[in-house]
Amino acid sequence: MEKVKRIRGSIVAIPVNDIDTDQIIPARFLKVTDKQGLGKAAFCDWRYLEDGETPNPDFVLNKPEYQGASILIAGNNFGCGSSREHAPWALLGAGINAVISTEFADIFRNNALKNGLLPIIVDEDTQQQLFSLADEDPTTTLIADVESQTLTLPDGREIRFPLDGFSKYCLLNGVDQLGYLLALDDVVTAFETSNPQRVMTTA
Amino acid sequence: MTPNGKPRTLFEKVWNSHLVRAQSDDAPAVLYIDLHLVHEVTSPQAFSMLRERGLTVRRPDQTIGTMDHSTPTTPRNELGVIPVSDAMAARQLDTFTRNCRDFGIPMYALGDEHQGIVHVIGPEKGLTQPGMTVVCGDSHTSTHGAFGALAFGIGTSEVGHVLATQTLLQNRPQTMAVNVNGRLGDGVTAKDIILAVIARIGIGGGTGRVFEYRGDAIRSLNMEGRMTVCNMSIEGGARAGMIAPDDTTFAYIHGREHAPSGADWDAALANWRGLPSDDGAAFDKEITLRADELIPMITYGTNPGMGIPIDATVPAPESENDLNRRIALDKALTYMDLQPGQKLLGKSIDVVFIGSCTNSRITDLRQAAKFIKGRKVADSVRMMVVPGSQQVKRQAESEGLDRVFRDAGAEWREAGCSMCIAMNGDQLEPGQYAVSTSNRNFEGRQGKGGRTFLASPLTAAASAVAGAVTDPRPMLAGLT
Repeated sequence: MEKVKRIRGSIVAIPVNDIDTDQIIPARFLKVTDKQGLGKAAFCDWRYLEDGETPNPDFVLNKPEYQGASILIAGNNFGCGSSREHAPWALLGAGINAVISTEFADIFRNNALKNGLLPIIVDEDTQQQLFSLADEDPTTTLIADVESQTLTLPDGREIRFPLDGFSKYCLLNGVDQLGYLLALDDVVTAFETSNPQRVMTTA
Repeated sequence: MTPNGKPRTLFEKVWNSHLVRAQSDDAPAVLYIDLHLVHEVTSPQAFSMLRERGLTVRRPDQTIGTMDHSTPTTPRNELGVIPVSDAMAARQLDTFTRNCRDFGIPMYALGDEHQGIVHVIGPEKGLTQPGMTVVCGDSHTSTHGAFGALAFGIGTSEVGHVLATQTLLQNRPQTMAVNVNGRLGDGVTAKDIILAVIARIGIGGGTGRVFEYRGDAIRSLNMEGRMTVCNMSIEGGARAGMIAPDDTTFAYIHGREHAPSGADWDAALANWRGLPSDDGAAFDKEITLRADELIPMITYGTNPGMGIPIDATVPAPESENDLNRRIALDKALTYMDLQPGQKLLGKSIDVVFIGSCTNSRITDLRQAAKFIKGRKVADSVRMMVVPGSQQVKRQAESEGLDRVFRDAGAEWREAGCSMCIAMNGDQLEPGQYAVSTSNRNFEGRQGKGGRTFLASPLTAAASAVAGAVTDPRPMLAGLT
């Protein structure tokens, strides 16, 4: 994983609650065996017209003024539904590096952090303010700083967001969690020695 | 109880007994995984990662694979083979076969006598047992909590972690008791319980929590019903839902292929009997529902929390005080092409789907078949019945249920996820309405532009016969 220290980018808002992973990437795109090229499937059924190819001019991600936006501001409870890690892969593929919401579904949040997609939790007032900002001025730029866990608004105001210490360490150092687990090999072996195997699938 | 006498919940007991390393200020807990279920859709990138890093699967003997999500459910050809016509799906299935073979993981391929939906085969083979930790790259892994296991869905990176190390980094979730007391009325089922729970708490109500379903209405459910309830925990935002194991649980497990036997069974049973939450154990949150007040439930919107009693009317966006919720409801009704104040009862439908990891087990099929027997599916309705596994299919056929469905005009299919996730060609056409026994009514979930009403197998069967959303209860008279 690449290091993620600071994300600076323009914003785009989808002010819809409970955006589920089937909207972020519909299941028919999950027949892949790699992570590449999923960006074009992000929000596919909202982004394209009936034919699945022609951009829907009314959808915010297709509007010229929001091209290049890298910070998505979403309604409450973003990423609910399925465990597909294709959701963060698709968002990153579409150029989104951070999502701001009041709440994230557990599995999505875990998946996002493992891929360097930053989930930023803010309160509802801030969320509403950001919705308005995105609407009024598409050139609005935000800065999310991982080390200080702050989101800097255009007026200079800094808002602190929660981030557990371990995820923060992994983001700042570009460390993936598997390395940490692999280093515990002896401890896992000791656990296996003192706890009988519960079920044997190969039997 | 702990040595110091503090009462513990079922969740705490399972969690604590699987800690390879406790949670600290610096790192989440490291949790040992007893059983890892893998399928073709969420595993390929994890296996690729193992190859890139030169890693092996630590415990192939605690891992099992099955094909379910992208597999067709169309009939076998004259060679007894289920043909895969979708080239991408075929490639994904081939990749899965190669991965399982190369890494030594036992796997049930498409059409194999043991193949089926991952959350159906784990329990039916006796692999899912009380007190275990079970994970899978699928959010409905919560199903296995019906046995008093701690079971939850994980992403593909985590699938890789478990393959390589048999452990996971996890922050300890909070607990929530979901009490369902009283007796269910006739025609009211486990599905109606869980739809009512989610309608009450909302689809984010369980975020960061593990549910424990309690109360006499839960205890009175058979294992299939308990699986239905736990299955949809994730639709309430909870990664896991658990039910304390009891004699119903033990009777279900006893004698199954991977169940302990002889002296091992006695030892396991002694251990399992200690798992239920201790009297006085504290939960971080608690809610209570009255089972006797429930009637069949149905969803009207585009998430599983948008559910109502089947005789109620579609709510009006104006009645929502919260702006975001009002917008969401308005958007949902537009997608569903429904009007505020409209009754769903009598609403014409195009498709009925009985299947999915929520409601495709033998008792689900028996319920639906009992209702359908001697009746006909309405001419305007396409009804699909998709058994959850090849074993369920064989059992149903041995009981003649396939004939009941076929005689009524329904399609009897091969096992798989099918129209629940619409990856395999089984899908709704744009604008179609379906009554579905699956778990998600998200926009496009059952096919782009398709509209889903989630309900129980009984409600689905009644609606298939009537050609419209129908309360099954008045039609139950005379059924034994």
